[in-house]
Amino acid sequence: MAQKPIREYDGKKLFKENWDKYFKGLNYPFESVLVRSGEELKEKAKEKGNEWLNEKALVAKPDMLFGKRGKNNLVLFKVNKPGDVTLEDAAKWIDEKRSGKVKLLSGQEGELTHFIVEPFTPHTEDEEYYIAATTLDENYDVLYMSAHGGMEVEENWDKVTEIKIPIDASDEEIEKLIKENIPSDIPQDKKEVYANFAINFYKFFRDLNFAYLEINPVVIVDKNVYLLDLVARLDDTAGFLMKDKWGEIEFPTPFGMPEKSPEEKAIAEADSKSGASLKLTILNPKGRIWTLVAGGGASVVYADTIADLAGGVEDLANYGEYSGGPTTDETRFYTETVLDLMTREKDPKGRDKILIIGGAIANFTDVAKTFTGIIQAFNEYADKMKDVGVRIYVRRGGPNYEKGLKDIKQAAEKLGLPIKVFGPETHITDIVRMALEDDKKGAK
Amino acid sequence: MANELFTRDTQAIFWNNNKSAIQRMLDYDYVIQREKPSVAAIVAPTSNNKFEKFFYGTDEVMIPIYRSTAEAVKNHPNADVLLNFASFRTAYDVTNEALDMDQFRVIMITAEGIPERLARLMNKKARQKGVTIIGPATVGAIAPGAFKVANIGGTIENIVKSKLHRAGSAGLVTRSGGLFNELSNIIALNADGIAEGVAIGGDRFVGSVFIDHMLRMEKNPKIKYMILLGEVGGREEYKVIEAIKEGKITKPVIGWCIGTIAKHFSSGVQFGHAGASANAEAETAEAKNKAMKEAGIHVPDNFNDLPLIIKGVYEELKGKGIIGEIEEPNVPPIPEDYNKALAAGKIRKPRNFVCTISDDRGEEAVYAGIPISQVATPDTGYSIGDVISLLWFKKRYPKWATDFIETVIKTVADHGPAVSGAHNAKVTARAGKSVVESLVTGLLTIGPRFGGAIDGAAKYFKYAHDNGLSPKEFLAYMKKQGIPIPGIGHRIKSVRNPDKRVEGLKKYAAEFFPATPLLDYALEVEKETTSKKENLILNVDGTIGILMVDMWRALGYTEKEINEFIESGTLNAFFILGRSIGFIGHILDEKRLGMPMYRHPWDDILYQVEKAQEIK
Repeated sequence: MAQKPIREYDGKKLFKENWDKYFKGLNYPFESVLVRSGEELKEKAKEKGNEWLNEKALVAKPDMLFGKRGKNNLVLFKVNKPGDVTLEDAAKWIDEKRSGKVKLLSGQEGELTHFIVEPFTPHTEDEEYYIAATTLDENYDVLYMSAHGGMEVEENWDKVTEIKIPIDASDEEIEKLIKENIPSDIPQDKKEVYANFAINFYKFFRDLNFAYLEINPVVIVDKNVYLLDLVARLDDTAGFLMKDKWGEIEFPTPFGMPEKSPEEKAIAEADSKSGASLKLTILNPKGRIWTLVAGGGASVVYADTIADLAGGVEDLANYGEYSGGPTTDETRFYTETVLDLMTREKDPKGRDKILIIGGAIANFTDVAKTFTGIIQAFNEYADKMKDVGVRIYVRRGGPNYEKGLKDIKQAAEKLGLPIKVFGPETHITDIVRMALEDDKKGAK
Repeated sequence: MANELFTRDTQAIFWNNNKSAIQRMLDYDYVIQREKPSVAAIVAPTSNNKFEKFFYGTDEVMIPIYRSTAEAVKNHPNADVLLNFASFRTAYDVTNEALDMDQFRVIMITAEGIPERLARLMNKKARQKGVTIIGPATVGAIAPGAFKVANIGGTIENIVKSKLHRAGSAGLVTRSGGLFNELSNIIALNADGIAEGVAIGGDRFVGSVFIDHMLRMEKNPKIKYMILLGEVGGREEYKVIEAIKEGKITKPVIGWCIGTIAKHFSSGVQFGHAGASANAEAETAEAKNKAMKEAGIHVPDNFNDLPLIIKGVYEELKGKGIIGEIEEPNVPPIPEDYNKALAAGKIRKPRNFVCTISDDRGEEAVYAGIPISQVATPDTGYSIGDVISLLWFKKRYPKWATDFIETVIKTVADHGPAVSGAHNAKVTARAGKSVVESLVTGLLTIGPRFGGAIDGAAKYFKYAHDNGLSPKEFLAYMKKQGIPIPGIGHRIKSVRNPDKRVEGLKKYAAEFFPATPLLDYALEVEKETTSKKENLILNVDGTIGILMVDMWRALGYTEKEINEFIESGTLNAFFILGRSIGFIGHILDEKRLGMPMYRHPWDDILYQVEKAQEIK
């Protein structure tokens, strides 16, 4: 995935760090802290530069990549009346919110762990503007502007002006396009300052390799700019260009994503250390059909076919792939991880388990070498595999595939594991059909 | 030409010296019997080589290497394809520069993960210039029987099996490179192969898309029908649907989008490539398959049924006479790759060299079976004497022996600047030569007259002792041979003024050697010689040579083995090793002092030159 969301706090920090280069003449106070608990907030309040935490009325909200926090009632801006939240109130509220699970209107569920705390900025609704930019397609970026920002921007989408900006437009062209298209309902006396802000907002978006950047609302009072709410995604492939501008930026796991299992984490760690690619997602640990598939495209095709032929994904236990020439050790580790998960318990309905060892015709991965790792894992797990009744179906092609197929067949047969082995003359996913038909033929 | 991506004359410039990929292209050229190699030149900015050799069948051809694309372009004006194998960090710059040269018609980019903004800028510039970009993140494209990009199609055996060595009648476009091979195989098994195929690449923003290639294939008379393998994510398939509706594509099209699985999972699971993520309902594989079917594209019910659909369309076209029979070309056998055949145990060859002391092929180099890390640092308990015993004798000697070896090394390390070896080293260093040149000039003086006494002493004393000669008989024997006894005699030292180095060695041997029979014998001999002349003592070279023999005897070597050590110059080796330390010291000393070139003074040379006699 190239486009990754970042925290609101980090997005604002990027603004602050690059402010003078883009928004000269305007002032952005950047009064924001990111905390994980009430105690941490109180600690922050003691730091130099954070005096405002004690002096001003505060706003607190979760900073965990999900939107509609207002509608989810997750913004603290008042105790009795708007603008009366003290440090103590905010700290208490944070501790309260992080103590249990939260379910959003969207259905996502999870624990709140990160909060952003800022000063309460008194303003009227007609000062709330909206600005956003995104990468539309191969030729254009698009800039959205509206004089009607705030919580109801979606309801007021017809008042949003969209400007398509060619990706290779010159600075003059960009300035002209934006100036000519400033929403007509922005008051005359604010048009110029807003146009200038929008022009530089777009340049900032473009130069820092954002994929998406939205401020809703942005409030501009005289020379002061308040970024009240921010959503951003960065193109993480640009990381090597942006080292100086981004600094050490964090790409958090989106809210509500199930915590990764230890096995998935172990594979992810092995992946990060390897030149090869190792991916594992457990879809249903009690599933009956497990896959060990080489190649990104092939792994999708196997998952598709299992869902299509088994009439759903109920039986599909995992999704994953190994590719890019993993070493024998890496393949063994990957296989052992899958076999370990697969052999923990028998199928509750007493059916056999199915292991699909699939793959397309490899470009340069040595099939015999990767199969050596799989065979080593078989040796380790043969007894457990027999206990839960595993049937193995293999299909693979590519460099040295004849030897690989012969080796794996011999090894499984020697260990007494039922196995069927096919090469490129058999259609890539036909082993899925065979496995399911064998079920009907009397296998359990 | 306009209707075809590549012809049999197409030549590429390969950016990055990716030897295995280039070799695969030349193997392909050989199989299809191309006249010119498909790679005209290689660009490798850091290479110092002028060319790289590749096999063409059993022969070898030279492909020129240039340090810049500009230079390659200048020398190969007909190469209109750039295979950009630069990393994701430089791939954009390489492409951008190449676009400005206006020579390339097609640029293929293999890197995965080029920043999206750069990819879009590069793609847009290419479109404006009418250049076809294939990729990024692709294995490339192939025109069977004409030209193949790098690794596409896999091994040469697979290429022939998948009928990618000659043109069939399908046009193939896919996103995935791995599945491109698979589709080629399916088409070969169920139809007659492909006439042109492109894997457009898995990144979100790729240069050319399905429609670009399919519109060209529509105009290519060799192509009778097209197969499109898409993926969940993006809207490229809809452009094809539009073209069919507008009548721009009239040839039969078979289509399928992988990633139907995604509908079963709300979010969070990334299936497949970076581009493979649906941002809207219309981008799901499900929706795209449905839309394609509605537009009259042949769409199977699932991926497993794709072969049946291909077979059906092919046979229908064949029945109508649109597709004819293909005459299969002869395929010359490709000589098997040496390393591959060796790994498979199919061939063998006698080795020209043998090594029994160290091995650098594994994870870590070993000295006589012991990894370097286990001998290097002090905590390992291995000393330099141990390392010498491992590498010179393939054994680990006991501590008394390794300590003795170190004692010897230290004893012979230097003997001042006046000895001939050190003098030579100094003179050479002063002539401005390097450390190694100065060192070897010093070492070259080591021989029978300088340092050689160690060998000689061991040899003659051992001979006498082995043959039971009494000291007197030994002296008589040596006199008969006409050789002064090696290891006996010193310039100034004498019985009354003993050489402290010799004393030290003797003391060590007495304390730590299990026995010293040869030294005992030599001391008897010394008694005889010193009775004749005060300074005919057993000197340091003699003591070392003799004690070495005693050491080896105590370590259990046979007399024959010890004789072999002496014959092969092993004893002298200790002197060479030790004295190198001193020579290097003198050389570094000269460098430090910055002494000028040395010229020997005339007054130190006796000139006695007579006019040469003329011989008639």
